[in-house]
Amino acid sequence: MAVETSSIARDPHNPFEEVIAADPQPEIHPDVALVERAKAGDTAAFEQLVRQYERQIFRTAQHITQNREDAEDITQDVFFKAFQKLDQFQGNSKFSTWLVRIAVNESLMRLRKRKTSKTVSMDQDVETDEGSIPRDFAEWRPNPEQNYSQAELAEILRKTIAGLPPGFRTVFTLRDIENLSTEETAAALGLSVPAVKSRLLRARLQLRERLSRYFRQNNEASK
Amino acid sequence: MNCTEFLSKLTDYFDGQIDPALLTEVKAHLGTCHHCEVVVDTTRKTIDVYRGAVTYEFPEELSNRLRAAVMERCLASGKLPNIEVKASAKPAGQ
Repeated sequence: MAVETSSIARDPHNPFEEVIAADPQPEIHPDVALVERAKAGDTAAFEQLVRQYERQIFRTAQHITQNREDAEDITQDVFFKAFQKLDQFQGNSKFSTWLVRIAVNESLMRLRKRKTSKTVSMDQDVETDEGSIPRDFAEWRPNPEQNYSQAELAEILRKTIAGLPPGFRTVFTLRDIENLSTEETAAALGLSVPAVKSRLLRARLQLRERLSRYFRQNNEASK
Repeated sequence: MNCTEFLSKLTDYFDGQIDPALLTEVKAHLGTCHHCEVVVDTTRKTIDVYRGAVTYEFPEELSNRLRAAVMERCLASGKLPNIEVKASAKPAGQ
């Protein structure tokens, strides 16, 4: 199944294409000046852009691929490809959204390579409602994370999000972890806004259901 | 408003993108449905815990290594995005 597209005429398979209408920019972002300097040959300016967004790109890639080595390779590839295609970035969208779109594309390609017999796309497994209908109505502790060490909590969160289909995991990562707007997430993924909202709802509800076994009140078995 | 209708509005409710009339209905449902109240509270905590946690470490050493590798590849490519690389910007030996 092809990815869903917004009403804006564009190529959803081209990660370098900017989406203008979905991401209006009333003010010029400071990155635009850095990009212009980089285009003019200022490698220090490009290095500054790498410094600003390497953490976000690495984190996004690792969330999608669930593999640290892949995330390292993808981070390098994203910035190298962005460098090569920098002249295609016209400043009509955020530079970070442009990078994230390349990162998502690279990450999904990496997943496809890893699972050679299966097709991995933004649409994989997203038709199912499994786990999206609330069944656990237990209240959680007021501050559930306080019952775990930082390392324990990180392990729980990694394990839980890894169980989501890639299409849900990616939307949740961009919207709720990387704090992109719904419109920016749609632009980065080549999805319509309603599709992002639908997937986000199901991702949030599935994660909530799975985390409840760790965070619910009066649940000593969770530790 | 029943629970299914409420769930369908949950994303807009969280994102503050719900019209005032619908918001009144949503709040009225929450006032009478403990299950949906729990779903809202625990879903909000789900988002908060992921936003607040350091799920994946990104140490300084990794940052430096990746950035150095990126810049080396960029310079080794022999050209900047729309101009030939300046002689002074080429790595040693090129």
